[in-house]
Amino acid sequence: MIQLTVNGKKQQFDGDPEMPLLWYLRDELQYTGTKFGCGMGLCGACTVHVNGKAVRSCQTPMSKAANQTITTIEGLSASANHPVQQAWRDHNVPQCGYCQSGQIMQAASLLKEKPKPTDADIDAAMKGNICRCGTYQRIRAAIHQAANGKQASNTKGGK
Amino acid sequence: MQKIEFVPRRTFLAHLVSSSAFVIGARAGAFDFNGATTAEMVSDADKAAWNPNVYLGIEPDGKVILIMHRSEMGTGSRSVLPVVLAEELDADWKRVTLEQAIGDPKYGSQNTDGSCSIRDFYDTFREAGATARIMLERAAAAKWNVPTSECKAQNHFVVHKSGKKLGFGELASLAKQQPVPKKEELKFKTAAEYRYVGKELPTADRDNLVNGKGIFGIDAIMPGMVYASIERSPVFGGKLKNFDDKDAKAVKGVLQTVTIPDLKGPTMFQPLGGVAVIANSTWAAAKGREKLKVEWSESPNAAYDSAKFKQSLLETVRKPQKVVRNVGDVDAEFAKAAKTHEAEYYAPHLAHAPMEPVAAVAEYKDGKVVCHANTQNPQAVQDTVAQALGIKKENVECHVTLLGGGFGRKSKPDYVAEAALLSKAVGKPVKVTWSREDDIRFDYYHTVAAMYMKAAIGANGKPTAWLQRVAYPSIGTTFNPTSTHAEAFEMMMGWNDVPFDIPNHRAENGPAKNHVRIGWLRSVANIYQAFAVSSFVDELANLAKRDSVEYLLDVLGAPRKIPFGKDYINHGKSLEQYPVDTGRMRNVIELAAEKSGWAKKKPTKGRALGIAAHRSFLTYVAVAVEVEVDNAGRVRIPQMDIAVDAGTIINPDRVKSQFEGAGVFGTSIALMSGITAKNGEIEQSNFHDYQVARMNEAPFQVNVHVIKSDAPPAGVGEPGVPPVAPAICNAIAAATGKRIRELPIRRQLA
Repeated sequence: MIQLTVNGKKQQFDGDPEMPLLWYLRDELQYTGTKFGCGMGLCGACTVHVNGKAVRSCQTPMSKAANQTITTIEGLSASANHPVQQAWRDHNVPQCGYCQSGQIMQAASLLKEKPKPTDADIDAAMKGNICRCGTYQRIRAAIHQAANGKQASNTKGGK
Repeated sequence: MQKIEFVPRRTFLAHLVSSSAFVIGARAGAFDFNGATTAEMVSDADKAAWNPNVYLGIEPDGKVILIMHRSEMGTGSRSVLPVVLAEELDADWKRVTLEQAIGDPKYGSQNTDGSCSIRDFYDTFREAGATARIMLERAAAAKWNVPTSECKAQNHFVVHKSGKKLGFGELASLAKQQPVPKKEELKFKTAAEYRYVGKELPTADRDNLVNGKGIFGIDAIMPGMVYASIERSPVFGGKLKNFDDKDAKAVKGVLQTVTIPDLKGPTMFQPLGGVAVIANSTWAAAKGREKLKVEWSESPNAAYDSAKFKQSLLETVRKPQKVVRNVGDVDAEFAKAAKTHEAEYYAPHLAHAPMEPVAAVAEYKDGKVVCHANTQNPQAVQDTVAQALGIKKENVECHVTLLGGGFGRKSKPDYVAEAALLSKAVGKPVKVTWSREDDIRFDYYHTVAAMYMKAAIGANGKPTAWLQRVAYPSIGTTFNPTSTHAEAFEMMMGWNDVPFDIPNHRAENGPAKNHVRIGWLRSVANIYQAFAVSSFVDELANLAKRDSVEYLLDVLGAPRKIPFGKDYINHGKSLEQYPVDTGRMRNVIELAAEKSGWAKKKPTKGRALGIAAHRSFLTYVAVAVEVEVDNAGRVRIPQMDIAVDAGTIINPDRVKSQFEGAGVFGTSIALMSGITAKNGEIEQSNFHDYQVARMNEAPFQVNVHVIKSDAPPAGVGEPGVPPVAPAICNAIAAATGKRIRELPIRRQLA
């Protein structure tokens, strides 16, 4: 029996320990905000926090999630008002929006490690997260805004 | 061709609006992008019936419900068309609720494709809003017993000149009794009166896309559903010979296997066929599938080798082919020309690779199917599922989820038919989720193309004759196996409509056969056709040692409207309403050049600007891009300036976002994306070998400059893509002297 905490709730799992955390979150717990994109850790759509750090849930078997604290997009903040989420709204970042849960979780993790990231820091932290709609410059601008705690008009990314 | 009527509450609206709501329906005569190929799917009975495609309901509590019949895949259709209606209604945008329509021919075309949602439905949505507003104003006037001229709708109320007012909700039941005004009676707001149009509004689904609550096709759940993963022939056309599912069934969670019949007849949107593993989780289904042992029969496509096919396409375009446009006498001019220049170009297959793979859940019960899918075209779902199961399309209820990207892949509903067939076989709702490997290896691929270009060079380096020849497997092959040449709609995408001022000009098209499924991908044939045309004109500028922008403007010639004949499709729009206007083309070129700093930034070693311009989807776009090429041949793009004339603009932020995205999509095409085949099998399978631009590879900054225009709205989802790759290649030529004639660039500069 695997025990873990997801978005503050204790959970138990007695299925295939090889099942990726991604499918446990989506199929078993119905936290569908975490997305499937590639199944190989290549695109970042499935990014969640394990003990506060960004991790690809498609590459995390349930055996490795045992006794860990997992946060998904649904649990990032009480009312979707994390500074990163707020900055995403201000910049109208999402187009289709599918990759954005992963982008937001990756960005939140980056800001925890580097509260004032440079453009190069952002590129390095975010290059694992593909956005096929091409919202990258708004993502970068939104991360700068979240870091600065206010909306910087010169980084509005095309708006 | 528009018609607006008061609508008695209909059964298919019953779950969306209450019986006391005031409901208006309106209809647009929409041109379908795919023309004849999909028109056959619409029955005559459907065409004859009055089919409104906009429904607006006003509830007694004042809630305005708008039934949205177009799919949202990131292009903003849900954030733009409703704004048009709310504006003319003078509704409070905060009190407008969007309901996504199910697939139903009553709505007219729901095929969210061809960059046409605004173009084809702008007038209809405006008229629906204006109609409802007049009826509300007249209802208030009748209630107060005052002339209608003294009553005006304002922000969800009708206000009398005395200051008294009634809310839209309070007036709903009275408005229902008013006769529907004639089109001539409608009054529209002036631009100065707009509260929403032209302003930057949050997108309709913004909050649900940052909190994880948006429901995409992959997220849809039906009670009691099981999960399927499907093994398909690695070669297109391979048929199932035999299979052993013993080990697959031994996997914990696997329930059974089901065969999906081989594809027969024209490809259409039929499932490919294969063996499905049904399980109690996505994971168990995928694991079970790995244990399947399947043998396929040899397919006639087993010899397909894209490297060899490239050579055959090039051989085709080296010889005279079918003439699709002829001006003057190109051969005579070539014969007497002192100098000619020729070049060959090649562009590979591409995969759509939306971030959300195709997915659907379907339940078959008592001869009917209910399904939820990430589809661009729910009516094609009805047709395809009905055909696969042998039921009537009226018995297929398709709910449209949000789409995690589409780019044309999700207007082909083979995957929904897979889910429906499997549900019928297992007696439960079945969820089909394609893996990324399925997505890359079994796509409807953007076609592969070779182009041959030749020009006779006259005074000042200007072409006096121009020949362009192209060959590629057409999208027509998907619908008609005997198709040999390009369809007319492919030729209109930047091949028989090149707007250059050249006295002798011939365009030709050679035959080619398909060996994989061919489909349309964001901006379609414009991609390779613009690559060749916009690269070649820049080659001529370089040859003449002239500035690329100045030369392009010179070849484009004086501002004029080009009188292409009636065979020119022009996306179903008249040339009077949507001309091919070189003046508008010049404007975007000049604007992009100016904003990029073209005049000041002269090329240095390894760093330069490039320009390309292209009209597609009735929109004029120019891209000026700065590239840096390092000693290892790596390309970096610090800045891209895109100038756009798309006619009337509703939501400027969503227009900008589409062109920012096109800059990235086009960069992927230029630098890294490509699908190849060997022994009939696709060689790529995931994002490690089918690469798309990541943040560090994308243009650092895409600046979008939108020309203010009151011309009719054109398109924005696709037209940003075609000029990007040639602009990048032209910049590279200026920076390095190396001319790129084959996409993608990858390591060609190393």
